[in-house]
Amino acid sequence: MPSRSTTRIDACFRDLRAKQAKGLIVYLTAGDPTLDATGELLAALDRAGADIIELGVPFSDPLADGPVIQRASERALRSGTTLHKILDRFPKWRESVSTPIILFSYYNPILQFGLNDFAATAAAVGADGALVVDLSPEESDTYTQVMRAHHLDTVFLGAPTSSDARLKHAAEISSGFFYLISRAGVTGERSEIASSVQPLVERARRFTSLPLAVGFGISTAAQVREVETWADAAVVGSAVVHAIEKRYPLEGPAAIEQFVRTLKAGPVG
Amino acid sequence: MHPLEELEAAYQEARRDPAFLAELEDLLTNYAGRPTPLTHARRLGQHLGGAQVYLKREDLLHTGAHKINNCLGQGLLAKRMGKTRLVAETGAGQHGVATATVAALLGMECVVYMGSEDMARQSPNVFRMRMLGSKVVPVDSGTKTLKDAINEGMRDWVTNVQNTHYLMGSALGPHPYPMIVRDFQKIIGEETRRQMLKVAGRLPDMLCACVGGGSNSIGLFYDFIPNLSVKMVGVEAGGRSLRLGEHAARFAGGRPGVLHGAYTYVLQTEDGLISNTHSVSAGLDYAAVGPEHSALYRQGRVEYTHVSDAEALAAAQQLCKLEGIIPALESSHALAEVAKRAPRMSPDQIIVVNLSGRGDKDLGIFQSAGVL
Repeated sequence: MPSRSTTRIDACFRDLRAKQAKGLIVYLTAGDPTLDATGELLAALDRAGADIIELGVPFSDPLADGPVIQRASERALRSGTTLHKILDRFPKWRESVSTPIILFSYYNPILQFGLNDFAATAAAVGADGALVVDLSPEESDTYTQVMRAHHLDTVFLGAPTSSDARLKHAAEISSGFFYLISRAGVTGERSEIASSVQPLVERARRFTSLPLAVGFGISTAAQVREVETWADAAVVGSAVVHAIEKRYPLEGPAAIEQFVRTLKAGPVG
Repeated sequence: MHPLEELEAAYQEARRDPAFLAELEDLLTNYAGRPTPLTHARRLGQHLGGAQVYLKREDLLHTGAHKINNCLGQGLLAKRMGKTRLVAETGAGQHGVATATVAALLGMECVVYMGSEDMARQSPNVFRMRMLGSKVVPVDSGTKTLKDAINEGMRDWVTNVQNTHYLMGSALGPHPYPMIVRDFQKIIGEETRRQMLKVAGRLPDMLCACVGGGSNSIGLFYDFIPNLSVKMVGVEAGGRSLRLGEHAARFAGGRPGVLHGAYTYVLQTEDGLISNTHSVSAGLDYAAVGPEHSALYRQGRVEYTHVSDAEALAAAQQLCKLEGIIPALESSHALAEVAKRAPRMSPDQIIVVNLSGRGDKDLGIFQSAGVL
């Protein structure tokens, strides 16, 4: 990889390291239930101390997602959310949210937007990078080059089933951080963290000096604390989306802010 | 991604293993019923008044469609990989029935995902799968049809990959599936070539097959691709109209995109969301086409066209009355196109149609369409 300037995500992990702290990465689906709500929720996550936000682009066929995020995607699509509308709103959100935000998307909406246009627009509106969940490392050369040209981070996934060669390649083309999925399968809350994840973190350390984030199936403060003992950051997705589904309509963004505060600082147990 | 690498490695090994190929050939011959006949549809030809029409009788295979060719191949491959569980998607139910059949034959557990709308319109096949010991899981997400069943099947597979093989039913999805499915289906074209040379002493002038995901069509076409004198026509589902959401004619209304791990022609909105589709035939009701068909389209080697629901229903009735064969509604799309083309050709020309499945499963649809 050619040398690159420091991104907002790099700075975020540098600050965390300086404080000897670990990162909390929070996922929500844009447009769930509306784009107005997303504006409120992003501000709430920012106040609650989320270190990085993954903003999901809703897709008609969210293959990698379990039922909770599938439902969020359906709500967002019902309210007319598209990648164009998300990027249109972004500058307004950026007025009150300084947390790094990466777009979590399937590839087809980006492809139809136009890869160059997408990267140029995302950079211009203040997004920090993207994770394209169904783009395999082997097919990603052009995408990675275009994103780099716009100083956007590219996050790829490593799985417990990945071979060493695959893990190395995915880490090499990642920037900002490297995302390890705790178990094979789709997104969703689980009562226990898979035992396959700690060896995966150790394996990934051999291939990269990037911060390592662990996600898929992490839903409680106790699980976040557990992940923090061996990784640099924990990603909580479905549990936050579940809270948005259950509590946002009646209690508003404050309930979600409270939930994320607990994830960020809550005690073990 | 790792599961795809594992699958490709196992397949590359299996296809060079004489024991694997011998076991598959034995099952195709003595269990599935290959080779299938090539029937000269004399009365249909006379009625249309032009080219001679031959039917490649995949409808006569065990389970009633070409799907069993691929299921036997992938079933043996899964077993060889040490998998004990098969998952599959199904639209019309033909692939689900074939997978359930092979699972029973090989002593494997089987779960078939099927859109709830498809379960309602193809209920005989749901009962057949259950009789065969498979679990049929209704899929209520999205459009409740084939693409949503594929989503669920893939989610199951990536979650349970250690003991599970995803038995993809059509020549679509991520590599290596389109290649594997085509290889297990190309026997249709290879047999057709031998049979045609035997009865007519020459190759046919035209091949015609319906295209959903595209497995029966690539199966018929593949062996003939180098023979440029053989014209090939793929027939998509024109549905009710060519308005987005009312049909499944990807080459008429789609553009390149990514669905289910394949870059191919896809029916989609401007924003890249996968569109709803419609066809009277559940097996053609899918928003993307197998990627090899997109390549053949771009090369101009295969001509792709579409016929409407009404034309397919009429073609099915015609075959019943003239030849005593009840065709699947999928295959009836190809028959409807032949009904348009044969009259414009001469009696010394030959068209081969892939009669990819039988129509027993569609009787309920014929009934609600007022045909019965």
